[in-house]
This record gives sequence, C-alpha cells and structure tokens, in this order.
Amino acid sequence: MIVVDNVWKEYGDQIVLEKVSLTIEDRAFVALVGPSGCGKTTFLKLLLGEERPTQGTITLDGAPLSPEPGPDRGVVFQRYSVFPHLTVLGNVLLGKEFAASRFRARLVGPARRAAVEEARELIAEVGLAGSETKFPAQLSGGMQQRLALAQALIMQPRVLLLDEPFGALDPGIRAEIHVLMKRLWNETNLTVVMVTHDMREAFTLGTRVIAFERPRNRPDERERYGASLSRDIYIWPPRRAGQLDPDAFADSPDRDDPIHEVGIGRDDPAPSPQGDPA
Amino acid sequence: MRLINLKPSRTNQLILALLPFVALLVAYALGSAARLADNPADKLLPALTSLADAVNRMAFVPDPRTGEYLLWSDTWASLGRLFSALGISTLIALVFGMIVGMFPYARALLAPFFAAVSMVPPLALLPILFIVMGLGETSKITLIVIGVAPIMIRDLALKVMELPREQTVKAETLGGNSWQIAIRVVLPQVLPRLITCLRLQLGPAWLFLIAAEAISADSGLGYRIFLVRRYLSMDVIFPYVIWITLLAVLANVLLDLLRIRVFPWSDLGKAS
Repeated sequence: MIVVDNVWKEYGDQIVLEKVSLTIEDRAFVALVGPSGCGKTTFLKLLLGEERPTQGTITLDGAPLSPEPGPDRGVVFQRYSVFPHLTVLGNVLLGKEFAASRFRARLVGPARRAAVEEARELIAEVGLAGSETKFPAQLSGGMQQRLALAQALIMQPRVLLLDEPFGALDPGIRAEIHVLMKRLWNETNLTVVMVTHDMREAFTLGTRVIAFERPRNRPDERERYGASLSRDIYIWPPRRAGQLDPDAFADSPDRDDPIHEVGIGRDDPAPSPQGDPA
Repeated sequence: MRLINLKPSRTNQLILALLPFVALLVAYALGSAARLADNPADKLLPALTSLADAVNRMAFVPDPRTGEYLLWSDTWASLGRLFSALGISTLIALVFGMIVGMFPYARALLAPFFAAVSMVPPLALLPILFIVMGLGETSKITLIVIGVAPIMIRDLALKVMELPREQTVKAETLGGNSWQIAIRVVLPQVLPRLITCLRLQLGPAWLFLIAAEAISADSGLGYRIFLVRRYLSMDVIFPYVIWITLLAVLANVLLDLLRIRVFPWSDLGKAS
C-alpha cells in the first residue's frame, strides 16, 4: 500500500504540487491524468524517488520511501527505457546480473543458465520470442516498450511506474500492448501507477483514474498555486487483479475500435513462410 | 530540378572524390615543369621523377652512415611516440571523463580545473617539459598527452552527461549501484564515442608530435622534415608530408572500422 500524506513539491518559488494526499491499495492500477504541466510526471518522480517532496511523506507498506530509485519500484518511460548497447536478452538479464555480482555485474555458469531461462520465459511472455539477439534499434517502438516491460518485471517490483509508456505508439500497436499490460497486471503481484494523456487508455486499463488539476490557473497565480487532485474515480464495475477472465481482455476491442483480429498482430514478428497454423 | 535534389551515382561519386586529388597533382606537375624550364636547378618544386628518386633513396636504400632505411626507422620512431601518447591520453580520458560525467561531486571538483587546463597552449609548455624531463621520449609523449587529454576528458564527460537521465534511473530501479552502472551501462555506451573522440584528436596529436620532433629528436618523421629543410630538400619533404597524411587517414579509417566491428549497435541508431 502506498500512502501519500499531504505532499507539496516546490522548485524554488514555483509550487508544482500542493496538498496531495492519496492512498493506493495493493494491486491497484491507478491512471494519473490531467493537462500538460500539471505535475503528473513530477508526482511519478516522487513515487520513483528521483525527486523528494518539499513537505509531506510518502510511505510504501508503512516504511518511508527510500530517497533514490530502487529495485522495489520498476519503471517504464516513454523513451530511453532500454539500453541500446545490449541485446533483448541482455536487457532483460541486466537486473539479474546486478543482483548476482556486486563488482563484475555479470553472471556465469549455472546461475547464468537459470537466469537466461527465466529471461527467455519473460521475453516470450511479452511477445518477443525469437528476437532475443536483436538490439533495441532493430525493434519497432511497440516492441521496445514490450522489452522495457519485461526488463522491469524480471526484478518482480512491488510497484510498476509507467510514464506515458504507450504515448509514442500508433493506435493499432497501442491496443495490442494494452491487452498485454492488462494481462501482466492481472497475473503478477503488481501495483501499477501510470501517467497518461490518453483518457481512453486511462479508463481502459485502470481500476482507478485520478485527475491532477490546478485549481487556480490564471497566469498571475500559476507561480504560487500548485496542482492538486481534482477527481478520484473508481472504475465501475470494479476490476480486480487476479479476477479478470483471461478471455475477457484477450479479445475485447474497445468501444470505438475495430474488431480485434485473431492471429498475428502488426507489432508481432512476421509469420513463417509455411503459413500460420491458426 | 533543384540542385539540392541532384544526387551523383556511385561511379560519379568516386570520380568526383578523385577529382580534387588529380587536379592538385596536375597543378603541381605543371608548376614544377614551368619552374624547371626556367631553371633546371630549381629546388622548390622538384619534378615527380625526383620525388620518386627521393622516395626510393629514403625507403629502399640503407643510409650509408647508419645502415638504416630512414623512412621506416623515422616512421617507427614517430608512431611509437604517437601511439603511446594516444594510449595514455585515452586511458586518462576514459577514467576522468567517466568520473566527471557521472558523479556530481567529482564534477564540481574537477570540471572547472579541466576546463582551464584545456585552454593552456601546450606548445607554450614545451620548453618547461624539455627542461624538466630532458630531451628524450618522455617530454615528447607528455607534450602530446597534455595537448590531447584535457579535451578528450571534457568531450567524454559531456558524452556521459548526454546519456538520457531515464537510462540511469532505469538502471537504478534494476538494482544497480554506482559502480555497476558505470561498468555495465555508461562504459559500454561511451567506448564507441571514445574512439570517435580519439579520431578527432589524431590531427592535434600529429601537430604536437611534429613540433616536439622539430625541436629536439634524433629520429622521427618531423625530425627528418626539419633536418632536410636546411638543404631545401623539397624532394624529401613532400613525400614525407604525403606519408604522414596517409598514416593519419589510415588510422582514422581503421579506428572507425574498429568501432563498428566491436560495437555493432553503435551504428544501428544512425541508420534509423
């Protein structure tokens, strides 16, 4: 459980966030929405530990949040989330290698084989099987974000923070990765906090949608009044992690979307020349 | 069609690339012929045949006094100095560039110092180096290092700081400590840039090498050029200059090939 208690964030004279209090229950999927420059990303940085609140406290399961990013909180950014110099497999293995060897940060022998096994499973899970030896620059944008998810999930973080993770993808690919995101959240023990500009995305994925807004937004007031929570909406009927019917989201087009195609999606590797068994 | 949209074919590209070289050669031959017609003893623009003679004399006939083939012994002497200096500079730049780029405290301590040091004209330090370290190899190598390393450090530190903030944060969320992030995330990404940086410093490195050899040496390409200058031996100087240029061009190309070979991913981003 994440408890945010009366948090303020100021940069010099500029107040960005004020009086933010919020409790995020375990395994929730919280979508943060709001206009540009209203402090959503700043709030995510506070949760991540990249920034510290000027006032107020944030606790994770009762303990104060560590003041720098750590392995209990995974993150996927819109860009630059994966390492360009590592292959797909190398990217996913990196977290394991950090944990295993303090000085060399490399795995060898049976420990490496076990980790490779685990990484390959996760890579297959996010739909990148067969691309293990490719470098990120050889992947499409959607595949890079899938890789970023796998890379974060191998650490089994308590909290997954997403900063407009799908904002740069085109709609077809975004719909496919939404299905993946929903499945991952449903099947793993994750609390997800996602910043998004896309209202539809917020309501499609979230269990709860929270809006940030500046109550006073005249140019002469902007400096001294920060944004705060203006709406806190629980999705109805409630979605609960672990209780979603796998079929319900594997093939559930959004209201205005074209009907979901069965079979190979446009973001998937090309079908084999012999044709597809399905 | 607009000029900006006209693109040469591959053959034309090759012809165009060769054109300036051929033009230079023709201009030289014409100038040389004109001067020699006026005065057959002219030494300023020797005929191409006398250049070839000089190359033969320097590269393939042993020197009567020492029994060495001068072009090769000069080349080895110069390349030895150049490569040891560049090796030392690269190592220094890698270590300090990463430290300055990664750690805010080290940056606060060292960045202004390196910025100031890189402004010192190295040739102005040459007399001090000769006095303190003697006239041997040490002072020449030190001159190149002083001339090249501070700029490489600053360049590399900037490259480290240009790595997206997101990458560092991501590595932290994967549990990496500062050392692990340095060797697994930052180091592999700056190595290709280090090679590029080294390529750009080849020019200045040669400059300092020739300058040091011109003043005090008993072998080396720069030494030879400044020695035969006394006899107005343009027939030796021209081939030496061309040889030095060739060596520099070759080193430049080889370093780039090395980068693409060792870090294949560093070329992928450019294409897309």
